[in-house]
Amino acid sequence: MAAPTMDRPTSAAPAAVQTLTIAKALNNGLRASMEANPKVIVMGEDVGKLGGVFRITDGLQKDFGEQRVLDTPLSESGIIGTAVGLAIRGYRPVCEIQFDGFIFPGFDQIVSQVAKLHYRTQGRLKLPMVIRVPFGGGIGAVEHHSESPESYFAHTAGLKVVTCSNPADAYWMIQQAIDCEDPVLFFEPKRRYYEKGEVDTTAAPGPLFRSRTLRTGTDVTVVTYGPSVRTSMEAAAAAEEEGRSLEVIDLRTLSPLDLAPVFESVRRTGRLIVVTEAPSESSISSEIAAKVQQECFYSLQAPVLRVTGFDTPYPPSKLEEEFLPDLDRVLHAVDRSLAW
Amino acid sequence: MSSPEKWTHPGPDAAPATAAKPTAEQVIAGLRATDEGGADLVQLLTPEGERVQHPDFDIDITAEELRGLYRDMVLVRRVDREANALQRKGQLGIWVPLLGQEAAQIGAGRAMRPEDMAFPSYREHGIAWTRGVKPTDLLGIFRGTDNGTWDPVATRFHPYTIVIGNQVLNATGYAMGQKFDGKVGDADGEATVCFFGDGATSQGDVHEGFVWAAVYDAPLVFFCQNNQWAISEPTERQSRLPLYQRARGYGFPGIRVDGNDVLATLAVTRWALEECRQGNGPILIEAFTYRMDAHTTSDDPSRYRLSDELELWKLKDPIERVKVHLVKQQWADQAFFESIEAEAEQIAIELRDYCVNLPDPPPGRIFSEVYAEGNPVLEAQRDEFLAYHAGFAGGEH
Repeated sequence: MAAPTMDRPTSAAPAAVQTLTIAKALNNGLRASMEANPKVIVMGEDVGKLGGVFRITDGLQKDFGEQRVLDTPLSESGIIGTAVGLAIRGYRPVCEIQFDGFIFPGFDQIVSQVAKLHYRTQGRLKLPMVIRVPFGGGIGAVEHHSESPESYFAHTAGLKVVTCSNPADAYWMIQQAIDCEDPVLFFEPKRRYYEKGEVDTTAAPGPLFRSRTLRTGTDVTVVTYGPSVRTSMEAAAAAEEEGRSLEVIDLRTLSPLDLAPVFESVRRTGRLIVVTEAPSESSISSEIAAKVQQECFYSLQAPVLRVTGFDTPYPPSKLEEEFLPDLDRVLHAVDRSLAW
Repeated sequence: MSSPEKWTHPGPDAAPATAAKPTAEQVIAGLRATDEGGADLVQLLTPEGERVQHPDFDIDITAEELRGLYRDMVLVRRVDREANALQRKGQLGIWVPLLGQEAAQIGAGRAMRPEDMAFPSYREHGIAWTRGVKPTDLLGIFRGTDNGTWDPVATRFHPYTIVIGNQVLNATGYAMGQKFDGKVGDADGEATVCFFGDGATSQGDVHEGFVWAAVYDAPLVFFCQNNQWAISEPTERQSRLPLYQRARGYGFPGIRVDGNDVLATLAVTRWALEECRQGNGPILIEAFTYRMDAHTTSDDPSRYRLSDELELWKLKDPIERVKVHLVKQQWADQAFFESIEAEAEQIAIELRDYCVNLPDPPPGRIFSEVYAEGNPVLEAQRDEFLAYHAGFAGGEH
């Protein structure tokens, strides 16, 4: 099947900077993709009339009809397994999983079929599909609604995994993920959905699978992604008041990992802290620590430190403030790193 | 088995299924359960080769068509037996025998049009044959040189799916796409057939596929080959109800066809596909048949089933009954049967030669086509591995 083309605005077009929430930016991004390519369909539980439990798909069914915005049966394996068939048929499905903890009924389809069909067929079948997953905690929810399962998918060959942390990325990355010829797991930081930022819909976006340095610094490198980006930026601002200079890198892509900017930064600062909500055992943060010691061994002035969720099930919500990395835990890690 | 209406669940006093030594009555009941399809079984050609009529599913068949179906079944059986032998000789790592299910597969496969789509499990060598997949293309998976080498787009025959039931949802999505594309309801309509076994009906994906196909009116024929055994687990371990009756709970028709009767299978599948093309799908077909060999070459059916059962089913052989009918009708002579045998032998020779000469893939194959758009981390790993290989005398080894 031919890759769809999207009419990309050029930098010569008049600026159109809007202030949007991440939620609205995702909605606008989905809309733009659906307008550009009639093969893009959105599917999931409650995505139609309700507009999704977080209203990310609000208004799409009204404008694109029930055949392009499918209110599906309550069946995660069904959502993903049928999206596989639709993708083979030439569609570009965008699946919504309501909450992180609900992706596991669809896990089999993702790792057994979505990830492997291209390899199994030596490239004869492509699976250009996106699985959107609102992830992470901090919203006071009950069990299964606050998890960070991204490492399972980054561990599986054949999948690509990305996560946005701001409205501009949300707007562009969802469109780029839909354009991608590979299946993409798209993790959305649900506790940041309603935070606002500027989105320039005319500026050409950067590449999808690249990390980005958000703040330069000289003392410690902080690598993070998704909902922890804001926490890390706030920690960097607080550290500055104490005369410490933190460099903050937003990974954006978890598979493939784009660590070249991290290596370059660590060679300058000599110190690295990884901040993520996910448990630390056998995780993205483990992988970063391993690769940084491999590539930057002689530059490191201190061991790589990790500020993460704990290796426990996600706790009851009255305890999640303790579980989630906050500004103080990041600053504590900065102290430990610099004291080495 | 008694007719479905008389079917009852064993009461609490019934002997546990795990009893070490079944009673004589239980043995007989078990044999009957796997031997008869019940009153609703659609049959057009008896095990004795007699043509019988059915009020709903009768078809006209010419001598030439029936000879063609016979040829298909003989050749596919020969491919299966040769591949089985190749495994015994160590040339294949494993084989999944088709023996006994030729009629179910040739009937269903020949009912399909080229534009229809097939989603197989992993035993569908007969369906592959009808889709134009070369028998040699089936070998790579089982020899371990590849994961399937046929083109699923050109043949409209999806890759084999080994995780039980996964393909049912994939097929449902594909059929939904056919409907969204407007390929339902007119003369050039399309439909999908999804193949799975009796064991798969216990999987969540199959139930989800039934739900989805029903609520989206997908043009999808669910084709369950009930070969009575899911490795060592009998059908009774999968369902309280005869499998075809389950369809009613999802809101579409379920039909049980004699899966050892190629005419009945052809007729029922043809009807079901036409229903789908008209927009009246989905439909569940239960092809009541029997796996006459092991689940795979790694299996030992003598541990869990009685040889008497196999002997009973040999009397229902799907090929022999067609041969008898062809002879009785004087639709084929000795020369015809000999020519088919010769053709089968030639295919077996080609299969054998192809198999033993199939080269091992180069080490770089590990990394090929993991991603459509590449992955720099993986590419760096590949380059390092290939450089390591190139360091040996003679390069890749």
